Amino acid sequence: MSRLNEMNTKSAREIIARYPRPKSALIPLLHLSQEQNGYITREAMQHLGELVGVTSAEVYGTATFYEMFKFEPVGKYLINICGTMSCALMGANELMHHAEKKLGVNAGGTTPDGMFTLAHAECQAACTEAPTLQVNYRYRLRVTPTDLDNLIDNLRGGKLKEEFPPHGVLSKVRQIIPTDRAVGAKDPEDVNESPAWLDGKAAL
Amino acid sequence: MTIMDPIKESVVDPNVVNITINDKPVAARKGELIIAAADRTDDFIPRFCYHPRMSSVGMCRQCLVEVETPRGPMIVVSCMTPVVEGQIVRTTTDSVKKAQEGVLELLLANHPLDCPVCDKGGECPLQDQAFSHGPGESRFVEEKRHYEKPIAISDIVYLDRERCILCDRCTRFADEVAGDALITFTNRGNDTQVLTFPDEPFSSYFSGNTVQICPVGALTARPYRFKARPWDLEQTESTCTSCSVGCRTVVQSSRDELVRYQGVDIDPVNWGWLCDRGRYNFESVNSPDRLTTPLVKTGTELVATSWSVALETTARMIRLALAGNANSVAILGGARGTNEDAFAWAMLADKLGIDQRDSQFGDGLSPEVFNLAQATIDETCAASTIILLAPDLKEELPVLYLRVRDAAQKRKSRIIEVSAHDSGLTPHAWRTVGFEPGHQARAVREALSTPEMKEQLARGQVVVVVGRPNLAENEMFTLQALAEVFIAAPSVKVLPVLRRGNVRGAIAAGLTPQNNSGDATDILNAAAAGKIDCLILLGADPMADVPDSGLVQRAFTQIKNLISIDTMINDSNRNADVVLPAAAYGEKNGTTTNLEGRISNVAQKITPRGTSRPDWMIATELSISLGVDIGVSSLEDLSEKLVGTVAAFAPSVDAKSTHGDGVLMARETPVTISSNLSKVIDRNTYNLRLVVSRTMYDSAGSTVSSPSLAGIITDAAIFVNPLDLARIGVVDGTNVRVGAEGTNIVIMIKSHNGVHRGVAWLPFNHTGVDIRPLLNISNDVIDVRIEPIK
Repeated sequence: MSRLNEMNTKSAREIIARYPRPKSALIPLLHLSQEQNGYITREAMQHLGELVGVTSAEVYGTATFYEMFKFEPVGKYLINICGTMSCALMGANELMHHAEKKLGVNAGGTTPDGMFTLAHAECQAACTEAPTLQVNYRYRLRVTPTDLDNLIDNLRGGKLKEEFPPHGVLSKVRQIIPTDRAVGAKDPEDVNESPAWLDGKAAL
Repeated sequence: MTIMDPIKESVVDPNVVNITINDKPVAARKGELIIAAADRTDDFIPRFCYHPRMSSVGMCRQCLVEVETPRGPMIVVSCMTPVVEGQIVRTTTDSVKKAQEGVLELLLANHPLDCPVCDKGGECPLQDQAFSHGPGESRFVEEKRHYEKPIAISDIVYLDRERCILCDRCTRFADEVAGDALITFTNRGNDTQVLTFPDEPFSSYFSGNTVQICPVGALTARPYRFKARPWDLEQTESTCTSCSVGCRTVVQSSRDELVRYQGVDIDPVNWGWLCDRGRYNFESVNSPDRLTTPLVKTGTELVATSWSVALETTARMIRLALAGNANSVAILGGARGTNEDAFAWAMLADKLGIDQRDSQFGDGLSPEVFNLAQATIDETCAASTIILLAPDLKEELPVLYLRVRDAAQKRKSRIIEVSAHDSGLTPHAWRTVGFEPGHQARAVREALSTPEMKEQLARGQVVVVVGRPNLAENEMFTLQALAEVFIAAPSVKVLPVLRRGNVRGAIAAGLTPQNNSGDATDILNAAAAGKIDCLILLGADPMADVPDSGLVQRAFTQIKNLISIDTMINDSNRNADVVLPAAAYGEKNGTTTNLEGRISNVAQKITPRGTSRPDWMIATELSISLGVDIGVSSLEDLSEKLVGTVAAFAPSVDAKSTHGDGVLMARETPVTISSNLSKVIDRNTYNLRLVVSRTMYDSAGSTVSSPSLAGIITDAAIFVNPLDLARIGVVDGTNVRVGAEGTNIVIMIKSHNGVHRGVAWLPFNHTGVDIRPLLNISNDVIDVRIEPIK
């Protein structure tokens, strides 16, 4: 069931064709499967292994490196609260406690209605705007507990749909590459000229 | 390869790079790594991840050394840094010592100090190098990392993640060498650990090698866990005879019981690797089912008796049969023993005039393949083109598979596979030529006549690997296909891959049909016709090994006296008249010959079980009982006679030459092979043509009696192409009726993409269903009809 569906299998083959070696397509394919199911299922990993010609173990090894690939169902909104130095100094821990109380789940957990997953995050690279959080990887800056309450209420109320697309679709835009920008499936060892996107001016 | 001392060497070799290690000059090879060059000196550089048979990854950082640079001395990783002319390397300076101690302290930070209960303790590189190159004390006071103590990652291998130092040796081996990337680093980062995919075990045929090369006690194997401590082990170097590759091993024992085999790295054969079957079937030597005393049939039962009574009874039976006619006695088997065993029995047979002997069971090839131009394993792997007319090497000759795979992957040999179904080497084949059994010669002729193939064959040396890929077809088809290869590439060399342990040695020593008498199939046919009074089984189990079980049963009911020399009771000797207990592997000395004709020694490590004796000793004593003394008083005596009598063994005249790499048999001037295409009946389109071949874990005696392996044997099933499955109209995994010539069996059918259309693949000798009633070997090919069960 949670292998890639027919449409996504077709896109998967298109994506694979862009690379000189099929297994290079693994990361975009993992995104594709996360987009389909909301998280990376075991069956999907087995399917991807078949598609690119590696073992399921290799897919698993690759996927588990990446924080943004999830292996368990994730709520509709994934809230990542930064806990690294600057944010911690600016009240990130208090913010996390507040969020835990508000949502009724501990960090790492998902609310029973499947709306929210709350998680710790390492530095989100916006230290001047601490404390920060991300909802489905979209920033909210200088967040106060009141801001957080409003944010959660609004999301629950079905507002902010425009601003926060559902979890899992992050990479969607990147999977469409115009033909004139595509490098083409050439083995890097056989390439002697500059890639298309370098305007042919820079020497390798 | 010897590299001369650079100071004395006057000729400048462009492949030699002169460096100094600790102020001593060293001649290194171009492109060689510093650590590899240092390994030829007395200066040991500590290491965990570096392994000379695998690519360098620089994972553990333990091999730090100092190299002189224009900016002063610099610490570099010696397993990742190639030598350059004039390089100055130091491995013992204070800064090197500090760097290495630092790395070791970090590696030990999370490593549990459970050495007293760890199987590796005493032979552990981490333990040893912590003593020799470590700081002695740790500043780490925090809580160590904890994981669940060993988890089984396969039926055989256990993984203790707390002990793992993430050196990448096992995962690299699985991926690079074995091609089974079933274990990998997962959760990379602070929690990196080696794991399989959830619920998919590390079911590699080569998994035991990861245990051997693990530099800590993270990977342990079930058969050896908590069996012995390294300092209790005694060991001797020997050669594995589980199949005919002839991997070099050390046989280790504790308290006179075999506890472990380890691979020994020799260049011409196994590079240190072993397959799991060869590595773990020592358990069968320790089996409680081993025969300990001679048995003689009294009434209807086999009763234990003394050697003198058993030998007298045997002699009387042979004498009685010979009194009628020398052709009423036959010998089957001998490939399990040593060259000396085979030669002693051949001498006895010569004295008695017994011509009917065969160490193959109609499942091999005519010994004429040994008379063609021969290739060694090394020559095969160095060839530009390797043609496979062989069974699946991964299943039957696993370590040869590793060598050929390496040749295709790294040395760019091109493999042309001629096969009726996909094998382990298919993914590495340059071209695959499919055929329907019976038509392989035509397929080879057509395939090799294309311009592309002609160009490839002209590119360099061609080696053809030839064996018996299908037990359900006449061997002549393979020989005809071989002849076609000779026509397309006249300078081709042959690597014969007959799988039984010492079959090449046994044939050379004389256990093969003499004076134009028949082979095993003819012997069994003669027996079925009541012409054999006495059959001697020399470590042979025809009931399990001869494809045509009907023939064996007919033969056995007619034989008056059946004499078996074996290590255990099996289906063939259960009703024998005399069973003499034979010493097993590890219990006797001698030499063995591998598939390329390499003679190397097998060594005794433990006392033979009970009163069992080596085959040669039984032959000698029997010859005395029969009054035709073969004149052998010791093994040395026998070896001397063998080397002096049989020209092929002459190169092993110095017993020392059979140690280490061993020595190749003398080769005769090669003959050639001619082709004479025979007519094959066409397949009725409703039928499927049968391919029967062996897999690694089948019901072979040594596998069944090894508890760690027995559980891996799968039930019999028939495999067909998914399109054929649809045509037959049955569902994958259901039972079907498979019929041939008025007989049929019920067996599970499975869909398999690697089986060509029109062919049904049936692995031989698996549990559950006996498939042999289908295998009437008087037919050249066997067609079966598969029907759903209504």
